[in-house]
Amino acid sequence: NAAGLVSLRAQRIEKILIANRGEIACRIIRTAKRLGIRTVAIYSDADESSLHVKSADEAVRIGPPPARLSYLNSASIIAAAGKTGAQAIHPGYGFLSESADFAQLCEDEGLTFIGPPASAIRDMGDKVTLTPCHYPTEYFKVSASKRIMGAAGVPLVPGYHGGNQDVDFMKLEADKIGYPILIKPTHGGGGKGMRIVQSRNDFADSFIGAQREAAASFGINTILLEKYITKPRHIEVQIFGDKQGNVIHLNERDCSVQRRHQKIIEEAPAPNIDVGFRSHLGQAAVSAAKAVNYHSAGTVEFIVDTVSGQFYFMEMNTRLQVEHPVTEMIVDQDLVEWQIRIANGEPLPITQSEVPLSGHAFEARIYAENVPKGFLPAAGVLHHYKPVQVSSGVRVETGVEQGDTVSMHYDPMIAKLVVWGDDRDIALTKMKDCLSKFQVAGLPTNIDFLLKLANHGAFENGEVETHFIELHKDDLFIDSNNLLLTQKARNTAVHSAAIAAVCVCEKEYAAAKDRAPGNLSLWYSNPPFRVNHCAKRFIELEWDDESSNAGLETVSVHVSYLPTGKYLIETGVSGFSGLEMNVTRLSDHDFRVEQDGVSTNVSIAVYPKDQMEHIHIWHGSHHHHFKRKKGIELVDDVENQYRPTTETSSHPPGTIVAPMAGLVVKVLVKDGTKIDEGQPILVLEAMKMEHVVKASSAGYISGLRVSAGQQVSDGTILCTLKVNLCII
Amino acid sequence: MEGLVSQLHSNIQQVMNGGGAEAVKRNRKRNKLLPRERIDRLIDPGSSFLEFSQLAGHELYEDLLPSGGIITGIGPVHGKLCMFVANDPTVKGGTYYPITIKKHLRAQEIAAQCRLPCMYLVDSGGAFLPKQAEVFPDKENFGRIFYNQAVMSAEGIPQIALVLGSCTAGGAYIPAMADESVMVKGNGTIFLAGPPLVKAATGEEVSAEDLGGATVHCMKSGVSDYFAQDEEHALAIGRNIVKNLHMAGKLDGSHNTVAEYKEPLYDVKELRSIAPTDLKQSFDIRSIISRVVDGSEFDEFKKLYGTTLVTGFARIFGQPVGIIGNNGILFNESALKGAHFIELCAQRNIPLIFLQNITGFMVGSKSEANGIAKAGAKMVMAVSCAKVPKITVIIGGSFGAGNYAMCGRAYSPNFMFFWPNARISVMGGPQAAGVLSQIERANKKKAGIQWGEEEEEKFKARVVEAYDREGSAYFSTARLWDDGVIDPADTRKILGLCVAASTNPSVVTGNSWDKLILNSDTPVLVEFYTSWCGPCNMVHRVISEIATDYSGKLKCFVLDADCDPQVTENYEIKAVPVVLLFKNGVKRESIMGTMPKEFYMAAIDRVLAS
Repeated sequence: NAAGLVSLRAQRIEKILIANRGEIACRIIRTAKRLGIRTVAIYSDADESSLHVKSADEAVRIGPPPARLSYLNSASIIAAAGKTGAQAIHPGYGFLSESADFAQLCEDEGLTFIGPPASAIRDMGDKVTLTPCHYPTEYFKVSASKRIMGAAGVPLVPGYHGGNQDVDFMKLEADKIGYPILIKPTHGGGGKGMRIVQSRNDFADSFIGAQREAAASFGINTILLEKYITKPRHIEVQIFGDKQGNVIHLNERDCSVQRRHQKIIEEAPAPNIDVGFRSHLGQAAVSAAKAVNYHSAGTVEFIVDTVSGQFYFMEMNTRLQVEHPVTEMIVDQDLVEWQIRIANGEPLPITQSEVPLSGHAFEARIYAENVPKGFLPAAGVLHHYKPVQVSSGVRVETGVEQGDTVSMHYDPMIAKLVVWGDDRDIALTKMKDCLSKFQVAGLPTNIDFLLKLANHGAFENGEVETHFIELHKDDLFIDSNNLLLTQKARNTAVHSAAIAAVCVCEKEYAAAKDRAPGNLSLWYSNPPFRVNHCAKRFIELEWDDESSNAGLETVSVHVSYLPTGKYLIETGVSGFSGLEMNVTRLSDHDFRVEQDGVSTNVSIAVYPKDQMEHIHIWHGSHHHHFKRKKGIELVDDVENQYRPTTETSSHPPGTIVAPMAGLVVKVLVKDGTKIDEGQPILVLEAMKMEHVVKASSAGYISGLRVSAGQQVSDGTILCTLKVNLCII
Repeated sequence: MEGLVSQLHSNIQQVMNGGGAEAVKRNRKRNKLLPRERIDRLIDPGSSFLEFSQLAGHELYEDLLPSGGIITGIGPVHGKLCMFVANDPTVKGGTYYPITIKKHLRAQEIAAQCRLPCMYLVDSGGAFLPKQAEVFPDKENFGRIFYNQAVMSAEGIPQIALVLGSCTAGGAYIPAMADESVMVKGNGTIFLAGPPLVKAATGEEVSAEDLGGATVHCMKSGVSDYFAQDEEHALAIGRNIVKNLHMAGKLDGSHNTVAEYKEPLYDVKELRSIAPTDLKQSFDIRSIISRVVDGSEFDEFKKLYGTTLVTGFARIFGQPVGIIGNNGILFNESALKGAHFIELCAQRNIPLIFLQNITGFMVGSKSEANGIAKAGAKMVMAVSCAKVPKITVIIGGSFGAGNYAMCGRAYSPNFMFFWPNARISVMGGPQAAGVLSQIERANKKKAGIQWGEEEEEKFKARVVEAYDREGSAYFSTARLWDDGVIDPADTRKILGLCVAASTNPSVVTGNSWDKLILNSDTPVLVEFYTSWCGPCNMVHRVISEIATDYSGKLKCFVLDADCDPQVTENYEIKAVPVVLLFKNGVKRESIMGTMPKEFYMAAIDRVLAS
């Protein structure tokens, strides 16, 4: 009837507030725009001029940089919605996306929470329902989510999920389950605070560390134990439910390739599984969702024991996942649109039998991180950022632009590269190509590492498992003892240096010519004129091998300007001398370099940092990073003002420096403490992860400069190790 | 011809390697580049270099002297052509043979003719002593190098020296005579006599670095202006010096303003909290400069010398300026540095900004014995005579003669402002009370009157109170001792507007205007004008019309007749208004008083037709 229609219309969402930042906020804004829905962004002081703020129709400041004062501050976010008249809130992933309290608060305030009902989040998220002080612990061995799943017939991994959090008790439980054991916080996700314990001797330390990290990240420190499966795959199923009670699954994703328990390459569908297994898995996921009256997007994660072929329910993520685009690519649907439509009360647009499965999709997560330093998160300025060209089969999800800062307050993900192809091989070829053309300079990234992963034979064959990186580390990281490989790597670097040198010549020449007054243009002819001889340049480049911890290697390039306009290059390295190159400058960054009749596209990025000129070069499938000494003309280097004046390498031996920027959580030693090599000195928290700084050698602690609660920047001197303790 | 050319190339090939493989190797070991490599790094990347007389010294002496031991030529630096004169230390230790001097002098001659800034890359043991009779005594000998430097500098042709190696005896005068000089730590030395001669003469044993190294000359003696960590650094500083030359005012009085500029890296509002309300508190003036200048970029001049005065080049809203700020009491060195910097800016037509926070010149017996009065006078003299726009901001204290040296009201700054916290008086209140009470006590004693302690304290308090009151920014501004009290946060904005207002291109204010007349290809009309003169204003209106009518055929300038006594003397100007007409640098017509437009036009046509 007419009245019913009116009320239905009134409920439709016309303005959404996105309670998130970065790429996911941009992603949601894009769909909303397409649907004609207006958007409101929120931002902390650190994000004032970031892309998601610029993309939204309106933006509201909600607090200072630390997440708990901004993106986790429910009251400010609700107030922002009120101020701008948004009818709905999309939480994205992370932050408040899995907070039942926040979902409830939205509901209470009359705002539509674009996500599952608060009850479902609570059932799936609060993995231990009651605190041990109120109830006898024996009753609650299994967490609510697993209890519900068990009741719904979903297979579970053996473990302990009780409320008794006593270390000794937990240790006994661990003995029952059998080692190796997985220690895991009940709240949060993304592997934060998770630890694997190989033997009972290590149990107590890991357990306490996990508790502390959980408390710092999620405010709740309860822990659960699980049997650790040695050769597992991580396969998850995308499910979707509507408010009418229909639930379907949109096939599975394989997210096995992980580092530090966080996914880096995901794909859909999972390779090397059959149709039967797929539907089995899908049905289990649908039953899981139905058991908690689920609606909106959700993911049911399974751990697949590749040895036995068994699969177990791990957990359900009651939100849109980071890797949702791979599913979107194979089912050709916009999941954010689905979320909005379902929030509007519409039924699911298709039924289970109508769910397509076309082709294969990959997602590679591009992070600012230091791969050889154990994938430590990095922060810094994106001096050069040029993602690959987007097309129907290539998506780039990003929340940053060139010149932005990847801050240490939030997740260091720079972008997601999503590719689709008719089958896995086609998609993989496309991904390799895109990765080699994805240009990021200014901070270390994992792009080169992702490329190596994608090129690995086992990955090409789809032989994925969660220990993939550990298992193939010899292939993925260059061992400095392997002379053949290091020599090969060095030769490519020398070749790149030669190409970089001529491009730099061309670039600097163009810049000087542009700046010169018109009446002097004659002085900037190409090649430059010299009386009775050829002009020469000498360019010395230090190769900064981002894929290894090895020191810098210097490449000396002598460039002569030949009368023909070509460059003659001498490097002093056999095979790379007497090279003749012809360079055409296409833009400030792009060049076409011809050598021996073969011409290739070359891109370079040049920026100043730490009193050095940094040069990145991309050509073919190669990427190299060089540094070049410069005089004082680098006055516009902003960053070095905030950096310690001395470089790590110039510190006297025994100096312990912060491996990264972060917050000192705990100092485990005092001045004068005697310690052994490898003994922990302090715990640093950055990007919501804890990092233990260990002693590089045995000695006595001296000159301890930091205390708990102090923020330190990368390279800050923490303390010194003295061989002998002098008492003055 | 082919054969002859290949003969030429093979001759050139031989001199390209300087003094031979062994000498080159020794040079490299000292982290030094060859002279042509040095020049390659100084000129704009990929630009051309016009080298002269590569075969100087060819089969001239018994010794081989490739290129005469010195490389000379022209190349662009930051888009400005410079003359390079580079000693080759691999050839006879860079010593001057007669032909070396001849080549050096020829380069200077070209530079003077073409008005090219000179860059001397010094790395020389001085005159070649065995041939002293051919290098020392005559007119076109060694001494002429320094004479040329002095004359060119006076003509406004910048002289820059980079001391990249030794610079002994006569050679020491090259950097010392230069407008600006750079020294490399470790390699660069300047002394009149090296350690062996010093030992022979005085018995003193001293290392070359301690005798005349970069540290000595950049920090203590003030002979050199920029300290370089290594050769690469020195060459980069050299380029920067030329960049700052280039940003200086042009001869026609307009300024090399860039349209694109960066805001300071730090918030200008922070100036409010940096401003000292307690004048005893010291702070680094650079924290103010960095919030006033574009991109917080400040190229500091003589950073290590006379550190209580901070001097350097920067831009404000794209306009080049020289900044002088106080970082403490003025000592001898700081005053000499100030005078040097002011002269440099005046020579290059760069407007000066004084950030005044000065308690005065250093007093005391040591200081007086060092001649602080003379050093101070030099700075006061430089301030008085600098014919560039000057803007003074009193950001803290302004006491005593410091006020003079830092361009107080009596020194005719174009504009002068106070921050609200600023104070001005001949000396501090308590100091004045001390002096006055001493005098009063002496007077009373003479008159036989007893002066109680309590009374004396009251007397002192009255003096302090009066100084407090009379020293305030409001007392000053009420009496128009300044052009206003400003919010520190507005300093950048106001300085920008003032620089723009005082470098209005239609009025030539520098002392470079006569060079303009001499160098102009088209005839020049100069109108002498003073704003307070009624007839001048009438003539100015007529000349403005004429300037438009004759645009392209005639360059018209208006010159403030008060600006330069030398000018009025040179051109026999007894009264204003007067209009002079020049062609090819020669005065052709002089028209005194107020004339009808046609009268001026007839004179102009005569000059054009001649």
